[in-house]
Parts: sequence; structure tokens; C-alpha cells
Amino acid sequence: MTTTPPVVAISDLSTRLGEVWIHRHLNLDIAAGELVALVGGSGSGKTTLLRQMVGLLTPTQGTIRLFGEPLFGGGVVRERALRQRFGVLFQQGALFSALTVFDNIAFPLRELRCFDATTIRDLVMLKLEMVELLPQHALLLPAELSGGMVKRVALARALALEPELLLLDEPTAGLDPDRSAGFVRLIRRLGDELGLTVLLVTHDVATLAALTTHVAVLADQHILAYGTLDEVRQFDHPFIRNFFPPQR
Amino acid sequence: MSRAGFSETRSASGQPELLLTGRWTLRALAEPGTTAAAWQNRLRELGRRDAVSWNCLDIEALDSVGALLLWRSWGRKLPGLLLMRPEHRHIFERIAAAEREPAAVVPPRSPFEGLIVLGAGVLSVIRQLRDFVALLGQLALDLLHLLRHPGDLPAREISANIYKSGMRAMPVTALVGLLIGIALSYLSSLQLRQFGADIFIVNLLGLSIIRELGPVLVAVLVAGRSGSAMTAQLGVMRVTEEIDALATMGVSSSLRLVLPKVVALAVVTPLLVLWATALALLGGMLAADIQLGIGVGYFIETLPKVVPVVNLWIGLAKGAVFGLAIALIACHFGLRVKPNTESLSANTTAAVVTAITVVIFIDAMFAIALRNVGLPRL
Repeated sequence: MTTTPPVVAISDLSTRLGEVWIHRHLNLDIAAGELVALVGGSGSGKTTLLRQMVGLLTPTQGTIRLFGEPLFGGGVVRERALRQRFGVLFQQGALFSALTVFDNIAFPLRELRCFDATTIRDLVMLKLEMVELLPQHALLLPAELSGGMVKRVALARALALEPELLLLDEPTAGLDPDRSAGFVRLIRRLGDELGLTVLLVTHDVATLAALTTHVAVLADQHILAYGTLDEVRQFDHPFIRNFFPPQR
Repeated sequence: MSRAGFSETRSASGQPELLLTGRWTLRALAEPGTTAAAWQNRLRELGRRDAVSWNCLDIEALDSVGALLLWRSWGRKLPGLLLMRPEHRHIFERIAAAEREPAAVVPPRSPFEGLIVLGAGVLSVIRQLRDFVALLGQLALDLLHLLRHPGDLPAREISANIYKSGMRAMPVTALVGLLIGIALSYLSSLQLRQFGADIFIVNLLGLSIIRELGPVLVAVLVAGRSGSAMTAQLGVMRVTEEIDALATMGVSSSLRLVLPKVVALAVVTPLLVLWATALALLGGMLAADIQLGIGVGYFIETLPKVVPVVNLWIGLAKGAVFGLAIALIACHFGLRVKPNTESLSANTTAAVVTAITVVIFIDAMFAIALRNVGLPRL
């Protein structure tokens, strides 16, 4: 396993927004198969870091490599191929509001231009089944879905291209505890089944304890601690003491 | 990364066997040069021959795309003779489960489809008219409310709208007015000179620009510039539920959002008409000076004599009515936006197209109603 590069490798990353340094000399390596929770206070730059990982923002300094490859450069074809290896679940779902659920999930598959309509239909139905939705939901428009269903459809779309890495921004935000637990179980099950590497940004300690193998704590502009939940709990820092109460 | 492949061998017991190797994943199968359909047909042919056993133990990686390909070449069931790792078998169980789900019911097409579409269109027009009347009524109620509670007048919003759709529109209306004036003067003067009627350029430009071109030109610009912006703004506020948020705070959306826009455009369009008319006349004057040698002084001196001042009032009145119509139509369509991007673009288009059409319709009515007013008889 030593020969495979880490799925996510962030080295010496610094970000400045306006006059404020969001990240300074931030390093993080995530190995294949890990389920990592990125936690941190509000405004600590978690979502910024996630957006940098998927290439929506460029860091001021430092590099991010996914699967051992840089995010930018090497031409459109290489960049697109790299982006097809990870899936992103946005906080609000970011479903295409003018397309039905079916077309939303089929969209990335159609973009590949190598499957016929029947195959795409079968694949979409399979993804819907994976996220525990029914075939009749395929005909609905995003505006007709409940919050939990939007997340499921967005997850199905993120999984459409069989990604190796799944990035989730606040996957349980806006869901009630019951739905939230269900969604977390779903992510965990799919992660195990599909052998995904998962990185999620979350505030929810329950989500984190149920789902993750590793925790990365973002505070003081860098990754303060990275390890299993128990290892991170041992770390002595005001933020960690507040975030993880000593005794559950 | 090794690609997906298969070879025909014989198993230890001498049976024909298909040995599947490599990566049966979306990325491996989607490589250029292979299509999923071609793979599927080859596999299906091989599987059909006779009692073939499928050996899937050597598959490096299998995802749902690869699994679906195999599943379909097997005729949507697991083959009788199959060697497979348990974690891969799990994927096929999932595919089978997805297929057991009852298919979504699509309502059948009615034989009266055309009639239904036509009826829906008519009903939608009626509903639009009803909503428009409701909007007018709501604005009338708001005005009554303002008479009794003058403190509720959304003065800041009105002023902001006047600035946005008036002040900020001055450069573009000036440029367009000036250029139209120059073009019109240039073309007319060539014709007039042939008849030796050079001095009539003042009558021609004065009447056409002040009474007709100025107001219509400004109305088209305002509809395209401010009307579309108003529809888009209200539409996005609908999408992001900001209008609902206002309602829960007890703030009337018609009073706070629609009325300021309507008042602002009704006030500001006549002023823009005045501004654009002045610049169009200036352009016309300069062009007449260059082309016909009619001096600027003579032009200014003659203009009030040949164009009665009532034409200016007609132009300004038209401007006010046009502004009112544009704002009302823009707000009407903005409030109809449904929470998706398609509806936003459709309603913005409809707002601009309807506003310009209505402006020209009103202009024609003005022309008919006021045909005996302000036209000098020679």
C-alpha cells in the first residue's frame, strides 16, 4: 500500500481572502478508504478548503493533489477525467432546478457520451435504489422534493460516475435527527459497499461519531489534529475541549 | 490500470469457461474505442453458445456500471454456472432489487391532447389577466392605505428605484437619442433637399422626435433595461423565499416591492423622455447644420413656431403611461416565477416582450385618440 499516493494530499496551503488569512501552512493527507470528518468553528474555512479541493477556488499558496495528480494543468481532457473521479454533495444539494430527478442523475452519465438510453435508465434506477428512493420519484422536479429527498438525489448524482472520492459539505444540515441518522447510515453503508474515500464537513458530533474513521480538526488556520476520534479527543486545545465534551 | 477483458478457457472439469479479468468499472469501460453496447453484444453471444460457466473471481474491480453490463448480457438474471466473490455478488443483488421495484407510472396520453393544450393555454391567459387585475387592485388598496397612513410610504425604495432606473439609464438613453437624431436628420435632409424643402427639416424632426420617437425609444430601452431587472429581482426573491419572509414580518410585498417600482418608473420615464428628446434634437440639429447648412440658431428659433408645445406634453404623458405599464407588467411576471431557473428565464422574456408590445399598442391608441391635437395645418 505504500506505493499508492494518498487520495487527498494538501501541502503547505495558505489562503488569503481580502486581508484575512484563512489558512496558513495547512497540511493534510487522506489515505484511500478513510472516512474523514473535517470539523472546525464557524468561519474557520472548512467550506473554503472543500471548495479548493474540488478546484472551485485556488489557494493563495501551496498545492492540492488528488489521487497524486494536480488539480489544474495538462489540458481539458485530463482535468475533466480527474474531476470525474470524485463526487461532491453541496450543502443545498445544488440540483438543476429545471431538470427532473431522473435527468439530474442522468446528466453526468449523458455527458460521458458512451451509454445508450436504456443503460442510462437502468443506471439511474440503480442509483435511486441505492439512496433508497422509489422509481416514481424520478419524475419529480427538485422544487417538489423535501429537504431529505433533495440530499438523497444529490447523493445519487454525486455517485453517478462511480467516484473514488466523495466530498460532502454539511450532509446533515437541515435534517431532523431521525432523517439525519438515516442519511448518515446511508452514507456509511454506501461507503463500505463501494469502497469510497469520504471527506465530510460537519458540525454534528453524532454524525461524526457514527460515520467516520478519522477526524481532522481545522482551527488556528491549520489542521490542529488528525487521527481517530479517540486520538483527537486526547489532544489538549480549547477548541477540542469545547467541541467534544469530555464525557458523553 | 488494466482494462476489462475476457478469455475462453476450459475449467478443470473440461467445461467451457469464460474467464473475466481486469477492471470492470465505468472509467475502464468508458475509454475511447469501446462502447458499452459492443461489449454487451459480444458477451451475450458467448454466453448463449452452450452451458458456459462464468468465472468472475479474477475481476480486479467491479462497480455498478460493469455489473450492469454483465447483468444485461446474462439476460437480467445470474447465470446458472457462476464463480464470483461475495462482495461482487452483493452488487448484483442490489441491481436485482432495483429491478423488482415497480416502474414509475407515466400517465397515458389522452386522445384530446391538442384540445387540452389549447384549453390550458386559454385558461392560462385568463388566469394571467385575473392575476394582473388582482395586482392592480392590491396597488389601489395600498394607495388607500398610504392616504390614511402616510408614514408607511416606502420613500427610500422609491428613491432607490428612481436612481437605478433613471439616473443610471441616462448615459445609454443619451447615446441612443443622439444617434437616432443624427441618423434621422441625415436621411431626411437628403430627401428634402431634392424638393428644395430644406427648412422643413425643423418641422419633420421636431414633430416626429418630440411626439413619437422620443417616448417610444425610451420606453423600449426602459423595458429592456429596468423591466427585465425588475422581473429578475422579484423572481429571484420568489425563488429564495425572500417574499415569503417579508410576508411573515407583516411587510406587504406589493407595498414595499411593487409600488416603489411602479411609482419610480411612472416618474422617471417622462424625465428620460425629455432627456432623450433633447439629445435627439441636438443630434438632428448638428446633422442639419452639417448637411443642409441650417444653422443651430435658426433651428432653435423656428422649432417652437412649427411644433406646438402641446406635442411636448403628449410626449411626456406617453412617457408616464409607458413607464407605468412597463413596471406593472414587469412586476406581474416577476411574481409569477416558480422556483426553478427555466421559469425565471421564461418570465423575464415574457415580461420584456409583453411590455414592448403593450407600449406600442398604447402608442397606437394615443395616435388615434389625439389625431386632431397638436398637428399644425399648413
